[in-house]
Amino acid sequence: MSLETVADRPKTLLPVPTHYCPGCGHGVIHRLVAEVIDELGIRGKTAIVAPVGCAVLLYNYFGLDAYEAAHGRAPSIATGCKRVRPDLVVFTYQGDGDFAAIGTAEAVHVAARGEKITTIFVNNAIYGMTGGQMAPTTLIGQKSTTCINGRSAETAGYPIRMCEMLATLSGVAYVARVAVSSPKYVVQAKKSIKKAFETQIKGLGYSLVEVLSQCPTNWHMTPVESTKWVEERMMQYYPLGEFKASKEA
Amino acid sequence: MAKKEFMSGNDSIAEAAIQAGCRFYSGYPITPQNEIGERMSWRLPQVGGGFIQAESEVSAIYMVFGAAGAGARAMTSSSSPGISLMQEGISYIAAAELPCVIVNMMRGGPGLGGIQPSQSDYFQATKGGGHGDYHLLVLAPSTAQEAVNLTMLAFDLADKYRNPVMILGDGNIGQMMEPVEFKPPEKPFVTKKDWIIGGAKNRPNNIIKTLYLDPVVLERRNLGIAHKLSEAVRNEVRFESYMAEDAEIIIAAYGTVARIVKTAIKILRDEGIKVGLLRPISLYPFPSQAFAQAAEKVKNMLVVEMSLGQMLEDINLAVCNKTKVHFYGRVGGIVPSYDEIVAQVERIVKEAK
Repeated sequence: MSLETVADRPKTLLPVPTHYCPGCGHGVIHRLVAEVIDELGIRGKTAIVAPVGCAVLLYNYFGLDAYEAAHGRAPSIATGCKRVRPDLVVFTYQGDGDFAAIGTAEAVHVAARGEKITTIFVNNAIYGMTGGQMAPTTLIGQKSTTCINGRSAETAGYPIRMCEMLATLSGVAYVARVAVSSPKYVVQAKKSIKKAFETQIKGLGYSLVEVLSQCPTNWHMTPVESTKWVEERMMQYYPLGEFKASKEA
Repeated sequence: MAKKEFMSGNDSIAEAAIQAGCRFYSGYPITPQNEIGERMSWRLPQVGGGFIQAESEVSAIYMVFGAAGAGARAMTSSSSPGISLMQEGISYIAAAELPCVIVNMMRGGPGLGGIQPSQSDYFQATKGGGHGDYHLLVLAPSTAQEAVNLTMLAFDLADKYRNPVMILGDGNIGQMMEPVEFKPPEKPFVTKKDWIIGGAKNRPNNIIKTLYLDPVVLERRNLGIAHKLSEAVRNEVRFESYMAEDAEIIIAAYGTVARIVKTAIKILRDEGIKVGLLRPISLYPFPSQAFAQAAEKVKNMLVVEMSLGQMLEDINLAVCNKTKVHFYGRVGGIVPSYDEIVAQVERIVKEAK
């Protein structure tokens, strides 16, 4: 009896050990992006723009051409690349500090221009790489190393909902928020990531997928607790769903 | 012979860039260099290139990063406060060894300063400007025609050394209109860019990065860039020597100020004072040797700048106290007049007697 292969490593994903913490969402998200690239057959014409943050070493996992951006500037680098090489599929992969704090101007304007690129925006409500400081997406009451008693709206304001904000812009063709906390959400997340890339390939405009992700290390939780926290706390403030989808996509 | 056109320095630079093969420009409006972006906005689409008016200088320099990384000849331009905003990206571009051209039409600073001509960004331009160990190659035109020639050269040097090149002008160079002609280099520097982002099809993937967490590797990267720049220091020194052969006093000036100095020299020569000019054209690499040699021959040197003495430091380093170095500077957007320079030289002559 021969064994049938039912699941394999995506060709786009390199067979290397991970540097991410146990329970971190990045590994799953990387895999989903890699599967989509494989399925769309765009491996030889895709360019990555890696962020500053936990995913800075993104290019170590993908056998693709890649830029490593300065903190927050990935959308501008992607823009310069795409304008020079419109035949390429260009995506940025950015965390919440990158996309919703230091790079907010770049995030808003890449969307406003309707730049034909895709952003995978990983929101784990904390600064991971620097050790757990407050993020622009940290929830009210959530503890971090720079709000040890929990984020207070009085002094730190309110978390930003990037999808809702950017969906108002005419240049944006596709916006969705997904999660990777359970198999059901992982399946949905992949569908949205694929739609986002298809939106770019069809030249419809800017596409954005926000992925709610877990950071057990800096949340001081077990991996299982952290997936529950995504579903019970994050999803309340950051509802999942498609906020904008072009009919052509 | 190519047709002469009457153009501002800013327009001349933009047109020269197009003719040198520049196919991507991004910038943010700031006086006194807006004509560069304005011309690029309609000229680039004519030649199949890309123009973006960015949301900030911070973003503009990273668009150049992206375009240069994808293999295009790319350029941005700004004036002093905007160039300060770009410093983060310039450091990353230097670290990633991406070729590009950056134009700075300097205005009076610090802070928002003013919009009149200045040379007070010399330190920022020639010593690095952003964080980390690196240098830009810096070229300082003193006429619109020279701005054309140096812009074309800048793209070649950027490709040759895989290093950002700055055209350092001032508001006067940018705004003044002069006849110019465009003669692209007979043998443009052509290099195969096998390191660019273009889709890893049938080849290993390329990565453009600046993060090296292993200090041994990062030191090697730094030394590599330093070695490359030492080549440029050997090969790319440019300066003009004007009536310096028999001179007893040498004036050092660049850009707009050098033109005013030439007028002053004519007046002083009529008075019988033997004075000449050494005009650095490349500010980095700096023509240190030319000044060192001049210092062996003259007892007095006068440095004139639209700053409080920035190039002065490089000249002091070059001459090693072998001549007396005097300084005259105007700042805040004030351009020194030729009679002020004449008076400075006359004072030096009087004191020497």
